Amino acid sequence: MVSLKKLLRKSALELVKLFHSDPNLIDEYVIETYELIDKVEDLIKSYITLRPLDDVVADCKRIREKIKNGFKGRLAGLLIAVKDVIITKNLRTTCASKMLIDFIPPYNATVIERVVREGGIIIGKTNMDEFAMGSTTENSYFFPTRNPWDLSRVPGGSSGGSATAISAYEASIALGSDTGGSVRLPAAYTGTVGLKPTYGLVSRYGLISYGTSLEQIGPMARNVGDLALLLSVISGYDPRDSTSLYVSGVDYTEFLKPTPIKKYKIAIIRECVDEGVDKAVLTSLNRSIYRLESEGFEVSEISVPVIRYALPAYYIIAMAEASSNLARYDGVRYGYHVEVENKLWDEVYSEVRSSGFGIEVKRRILLGTFVLSAGYYDQYYLKASKVRKLLHDEFLKIFSNYDVVLTPTAPTLPPKIGEVITDPIKLYLSDTYTTTANLTGLPAISIPADVVDGLPVGIQLIGPKLGEGELINIAYLHELKTGLKDLVPTVVRPYV
Amino acid sequence: MSELNVKIGLEVHVQITSLKTKLFCSCPSDYRGKPPNTNVCPTCLGLPGSLPVLNVEAVKAGLMVALALKCTISDVLVFSRKHYFYPDLPKNYQISQYDGVGSVAIARNGFLTINSDGRVKVVRIRRINIEEDPGKLIYPTGSLLTSKYTLIDYNRSGIALLEIVSEPDLTSPKEARQFVDKLRSILEHMGLVNPDLEGSLRVDANISLAGGSRVEVKNISSSKDVERALTYEIIRQSKALEHGERVKRETRHWDDVKKVTVPARVKEVEEDYRYFPDPDLPPIKLPANLIDEVRSKIPELPDQRVERFLKMYGLSEYLANVLVAEKALADYYEECVKVCGEPETIGNIVINDFKRWVEELDLSIHDAVMRLPPSDLCQLVQLLNKNVINIKILKEVIPKVLKSGKAAATIIYEEGYADISDENLLMRIIDEVIRENPKAVKDALTNPKAINYLVGQVMRKSRGRANPDLTNRLLAKKLSEIAKAQDSVA
Repeated sequence: MVSLKKLLRKSALELVKLFHSDPNLIDEYVIETYELIDKVEDLIKSYITLRPLDDVVADCKRIREKIKNGFKGRLAGLLIAVKDVIITKNLRTTCASKMLIDFIPPYNATVIERVVREGGIIIGKTNMDEFAMGSTTENSYFFPTRNPWDLSRVPGGSSGGSATAISAYEASIALGSDTGGSVRLPAAYTGTVGLKPTYGLVSRYGLISYGTSLEQIGPMARNVGDLALLLSVISGYDPRDSTSLYVSGVDYTEFLKPTPIKKYKIAIIRECVDEGVDKAVLTSLNRSIYRLESEGFEVSEISVPVIRYALPAYYIIAMAEASSNLARYDGVRYGYHVEVENKLWDEVYSEVRSSGFGIEVKRRILLGTFVLSAGYYDQYYLKASKVRKLLHDEFLKIFSNYDVVLTPTAPTLPPKIGEVITDPIKLYLSDTYTTTANLTGLPAISIPADVVDGLPVGIQLIGPKLGEGELINIAYLHELKTGLKDLVPTVVRPYV
Repeated sequence: MSELNVKIGLEVHVQITSLKTKLFCSCPSDYRGKPPNTNVCPTCLGLPGSLPVLNVEAVKAGLMVALALKCTISDVLVFSRKHYFYPDLPKNYQISQYDGVGSVAIARNGFLTINSDGRVKVVRIRRINIEEDPGKLIYPTGSLLTSKYTLIDYNRSGIALLEIVSEPDLTSPKEARQFVDKLRSILEHMGLVNPDLEGSLRVDANISLAGGSRVEVKNISSSKDVERALTYEIIRQSKALEHGERVKRETRHWDDVKKVTVPARVKEVEEDYRYFPDPDLPPIKLPANLIDEVRSKIPELPDQRVERFLKMYGLSEYLANVLVAEKALADYYEECVKVCGEPETIGNIVINDFKRWVEELDLSIHDAVMRLPPSDLCQLVQLLNKNVINIKILKEVIPKVLKSGKAAATIIYEEGYADISDENLLMRIIDEVIRENPKAVKDALTNPKAINYLVGQVMRKSRGRANPDLTNRLLAKKLSEIAKAQDSVA
């Protein structure tokens, strides 16, 4: 097969530079991408809604003209995959739920406004676990998404579709959302890079809420540089989000330096490398530790006993908030609705909510409703909030001595499709190492550390509040050292 | 009724109508009269992904009320979600405030004084909340119970409300009414609420009698109806108790057409609102300088105004209290006194005649003032002083003015209440005749004889009561003024 894919393999940073000097290349790049999608999408199923090529070509034309008039958008001409939990004006936004099957929003999320303002082109809306509840992208109303490294395996979740879209070169960069690891876990399972920013760094305006106090929209990419680029565009204060931090104008690509910006002190949490971790994952982690030490960084093991309570605390808080956030789906104003003739309003609500939500969503709404009920609030929600505070204080202490904490992203390699979905506990356990960052609001990045038996393995770096720059710097050094960037998964190999 | 040992506590909901925008979005707070569902945005419709942003002016309004009611103000501002499913609530939770674990109301433990049978009574305020108003349900083919279908208008959704909750310190329906009137007057004086706007004030009343249970009456929209609804409940409950029946703990609705309370639909389980702090709105510290700023902006409040009326105008306490109970009435009174003095006479007329007829005719004070402006009321008082009319005639004229909208002077002439030798009165008729007969005026300006036609018109309008000499003199003067004015324009 003749490989024509001269543009497809390039990084987003390289592409934008090319497009600025020769905007006609944008069309070529777009057509290459759609040709590849034709070949692999049926196998992987990244997209719930893929925009028609003609529409995208029309966008290209507009951006081409703007570039010719001097426009230097930081994402000019790039195809960006967007998780279907992020509101896109006039573009169906389903949250992978029957409940929003026909929902066409009348407004844009702040991140979408920012991406579009920089010349980015939304190519489509990616598959996910319904309402971001899940870790495998099997809990979608539409279809499961498959891992491009091994079609019998899950890509991780809940931002699985965004991860596979970039992993399989169906888009250059992607937006995901991370409530308990939903950006980092699929990044680890697909050999890509994913960041959960500091809480409040990226506006949640237009992110369909699941666990409000835990979640952030996060950038996903095939390499650290592209991730830094997307983060620079989407981050910064937004008056429409009351939890937004007063931070703006950081260019994270400045942290892409071949030499460390400081001599990092790295902590390994003993409780995160114990018996629960797969041997392959542990081996890969140790290899990364060795690499970092050889850079001259100090790596030490510490103990954080309270981290054992992170996962239960996370699920209590996430479910409590979910039960509240998802109360609005009643079929009255938008989305899925049923025949109302001769029924009382509460009968209609029951019918809509019984048939509109999937099983995992209902499970979490019920549990969340329970933990907020009179008489149980103190026992569950309040106690979970205390664990959260303890963890927060513990990590403040850690970061007074260390620059970054290193853990596996997930305890296992990507599981087979159907392997964990039937066992909620097993499913929830895959979030063991990621939820800490959500409970504490700290930034965390997952980067590829290895490819074992044809499957990628990820490691996670957690940084102090607003430590994204340092995380990107270390991740970039690690990437230079390992060469693990722009990986090509099995399914795509014949075509690129 | 005190032997029945009645305990009444009120929850008053008022819209902060002075705000420009809703509580958590930038939609205008002026939603009345707009086509349904046009005063909305993603946030107040609760669309997926939308977020609330607090309107700080609403917080200032809440603080001002809290200060006026001598409450203890919370150090932090926390909003909580109150969950219940209902079609007027777009998110199926209401962003409100809650006094409990992990949360706090903006203000607590205040008081309000009312005048109860000549004694000053202190009514404790339990708490004040800031919260959002739901949308409005419309029953096109009947009522809540009978309509075949229901429409929802979200224009009101997200309007800022204050919920002011009293302790059960009130002991009669009359006191309850006075409490609401006093509160209303305070809110009006602070310029926060226009209670004339439909739906801007809603009351839920809790009432229990000795030996009975607490009954909540919801959906009362005026202080008068608060008194009526509670009186109805006392009769209903005391009858039941007399017959040895149990008064069960329940929620009832006030039917303001039939003027009765009816049981609300019975719920199988007690409502659990599952309050928890709204994670979209992080707690905010309430800085002392903000509270000081608000305190410095509190205008003269009703109690102070009553004091001033006593001192400045020498009014009786009764008159002063009744006037100040409605800000618009007190404002009208002061305007009148400014025009013609006579504080006591004016006070009596404003209360005994003006206010009485405003209520009788179901007018708003605003409309009534348009019909009988301070200058006209003063004119009547002057005629009274000059013995042109007597008090009986004044008492007859006021309702006629308020009913018809005609000028007081016109009515006095048309109805033949006075001999017309008063220049001011006559001038009003002459002005009217000149306005109505532009052609005759034009003639008269060139032909002095043509003035007779105008004199005739004045006589007709006054039913022959105008003094002819005076009429001729005043008409000639008026015409020469017109001629002069035309010359200067030319």
